[in-house]
Amino acid sequence: MTSQLDEFDDLKAAFAAVTPRVDPTVRAAHLALAQENFDALQGSRQPARLTLERPGRGVFQGVIDMLNAISTKGGLTITTALVAVGFLTLSPVGQSLWKGGAPVLTENDLPQLPETTPLAPVTDSPVIDSTVANATEAETSPAVTDDASGDATAGLREQAATVVPGDMAPEMAEDSGAGGLVEQEFASPVPPAMVPGEEQALNRSFNLESAEMDGIVLGELGYANADAAIMPEPDTEAFANADTNPLKITAETPVSTFSIDVDTASYALVRQSLNAGQLPPADAVRIEEMINYFPYAYAAPDAADAPFQPTVSVFTTPWNPDTQLIRIGLQGEMPAIADRAPLNLVFLIDTSGSMEDANKLPLLKQSFRLMLDNLRPEDHVAIVTYAGSAGLVLESTPASERQTILNALQNLAAGGSTNGQGGLEQAYAVAADMAGDGEVSRIILATDGDFNVGLSGTDQLTDYIADKRDSGTYLSVLGFGRGNLDDATMQALAQNGNGTAAYIDTLSEAQKVLVDQLTGALFPIAGDVKVQIEFNPAAIAEYRLIGYETRALNREDFNNDAVDAGELGAGHSVTAIYEVTPVGSPAQLSDPLRYGEAVAAAAPADELGFLKLRWKEPGATTSQLMSTPITLTGSVAGTDAQFAAAIAGFGQLLRGDQYLGDWGYDEAIALATANRGEDPFGYRNEAVQLMRLAQSLSQN
Amino acid sequence: MRMTVSDEALAQAAANGDRQAFASLLERHYDRLFGFAYRLTGARAEAQDLTQDICAALPAKLATYRGQSKVTTWLYRVAVNAAHDRRRRMATYMKASDGWGDWELARQDEISTGRELSDWLTAAMSRLTHDLRDTLALVLDDLTHAEVASILGVSEGTISWRMSEAKKRLRAIRAEEEAS
Repeated sequence: MTSQLDEFDDLKAAFAAVTPRVDPTVRAAHLALAQENFDALQGSRQPARLTLERPGRGVFQGVIDMLNAISTKGGLTITTALVAVGFLTLSPVGQSLWKGGAPVLTENDLPQLPETTPLAPVTDSPVIDSTVANATEAETSPAVTDDASGDATAGLREQAATVVPGDMAPEMAEDSGAGGLVEQEFASPVPPAMVPGEEQALNRSFNLESAEMDGIVLGELGYANADAAIMPEPDTEAFANADTNPLKITAETPVSTFSIDVDTASYALVRQSLNAGQLPPADAVRIEEMINYFPYAYAAPDAADAPFQPTVSVFTTPWNPDTQLIRIGLQGEMPAIADRAPLNLVFLIDTSGSMEDANKLPLLKQSFRLMLDNLRPEDHVAIVTYAGSAGLVLESTPASERQTILNALQNLAAGGSTNGQGGLEQAYAVAADMAGDGEVSRIILATDGDFNVGLSGTDQLTDYIADKRDSGTYLSVLGFGRGNLDDATMQALAQNGNGTAAYIDTLSEAQKVLVDQLTGALFPIAGDVKVQIEFNPAAIAEYRLIGYETRALNREDFNNDAVDAGELGAGHSVTAIYEVTPVGSPAQLSDPLRYGEAVAAAAPADELGFLKLRWKEPGATTSQLMSTPITLTGSVAGTDAQFAAAIAGFGQLLRGDQYLGDWGYDEAIALATANRGEDPFGYRNEAVQLMRLAQSLSQN
Repeated sequence: MRMTVSDEALAQAAANGDRQAFASLLERHYDRLFGFAYRLTGARAEAQDLTQDICAALPAKLATYRGQSKVTTWLYRVAVNAAHDRRRRMATYMKASDGWGDWELARQDEISTGRELSDWLTAAMSRLTHDLRDTLALVLDDLTHAEVASILGVSEGTISWRMSEAKKRLRAIRAEEEAS
């Protein structure tokens, strides 16, 4: 792999070394040229306004200016009419016309009519335009540049932000055709004062610019930032310190705490990337979401005591015979579907310009159509859209009025920028209106993740949502399309809004998320589900949690009911996998401490650890606790466990994790193929196909 | 987030006639444009001329910025088009249209710095077709395949194919080099 990339990296390094520095004088000249052309374009657009500053240039010029300024049809008609009347009443030729005599128009008469001469320039206006503009150009530009260079950098920035009233924009397209002509005419009369002034301004803003570049680069990191923004735990790839290492030493940090994650968006993103012929960015791969994409046959919970049932199994790690995987599965109960509570759904639909693509708004309409058929007559639906401004498209309507809802959906069209904040506010307001006793309210936000108007900082948005989730309204996020998909924002919204995030890349994914798993997606059975495992140092030397990087919790957060965590929907299952190194295994990466206290083997050595779960009943504020020891006995690794391990391995391959050794795509494919099980929906078959695709792509 | 005016806001303001916004925008991206022009042309003088073309045309092109794509994407598109125009003009009086710009100038240009590197580079790049070179130059600027696809107006799959093709050729060049 490295040798294949070698020449590309070589090329990159070579270019970095060879690319000449920008010559400052050339740079200044280019910038000045651009500015000059820019001004030329502006000047030709509104010459009339500029002439106001120049008094006292004689009557003749005044008349030309006046005619030039009057550009409307009415104005032209009136002035032409005035001249015509003057011609008829004052001139001898006109009088003879008026009196009915034969028109006698000699050549000598024409120069004697001063009033008619201004008419000629009117029909030949480009000439006048340019002379006027030339003159104004010379006079006004120095003033403008002085202004700029005299300002402090902060002022410069402010100026850059000011927007000239938009009425000129429509003219621009028409003007641009003539732009070339104007540019040439203006190439010569550059005021010499402009270049130095410009340079000064440039120098002043240099520091500012380098700072801004930082900002840009940070912004473009995208996925990498995403995880960092949400994850309270330090970077998982730092190895200098044992505490920040994803591989933890049981003797030092025996307790691992995380929040469950039932999202599946990452798997759909990975699939979309692979099907488009490229490997997904490593940071887009969240292994827990890939594992949780697949249904597993966990034991259903017994009645009464808890809404879900944990299942623990221990088996040998496929990629390392000396370590073991502990798989913890939580299976949520499936309440009788027949007597589910009525649903209030607010579809919050992004109709900004970026949603125009076929795989965005049109796919969204089809997806909601599918979902609509699965709602009950007593359910209610409202539609709020947001683009430049938020709007209520469909008031709360019973799901039985299918045609009304479908019509409203069909009429949605994309256009404008994205005011996500305004949309959310309105959606929460609508949801509050619809709320009734014993009903479940949920906002389903469908977007490509592009929030660019209003409170567009992810932090501000999530604060707002965290505030609103106490009202009992859930927020789920459906992502559509690629290009400007803001995975970070989507994740942040769903995590903070007590909902799930899913990524819809195809209609079959819509079928899975919105139809097959509708009840799970819409009916929560347990809130703020947290998992804490204390490993037994007598049995386990090292451990690491595979995935859940964005869901890590502090040890003390486990018992703190104020700390938010993931929700479990009806029938949902959640799987978490730890890779553990038993004490005495040759796979142990850390050496025992020479002076460290020998492990006090107070705990029975057949217990690997102790599993604790906390959850809240939906709407409750205090949590309940469930705990069970993890033992080696009674756990059987079936096809489900092996398949989950294969997916965990696949995710690590995509992320480029280094714990797999020689284990590669061949082994992952073989393991997944052998453990596809029954696979009634074909999800696992598809996963094998994706692994094969990824294998081919990674060889390029 | 930093309190910086976004590229998009600047471009909109500039399109509406704000000369300071235009100046800031160009100032911000000039170095990147020049670097990209260098990658496209492979010679300093050529790159300067190309950058000048872009700067001269930019004010008029600003009217075509509709705010639907990122400014950087749009700028790359303008740059690629300017490069195409240039190559077309060059081709009329330079038969070696498949060559890598002005060899002599390029050679003299790089005498001061990284001589061997650039020889390898010009040799390697000159064997690529225009399409592959454009694609490679964009990918070298750390754009994703999707962004490159939208800039060049082809599908993402095409970009992936071109990249693998470019890598294949570079590999062949490397092999030759090692053999000799």
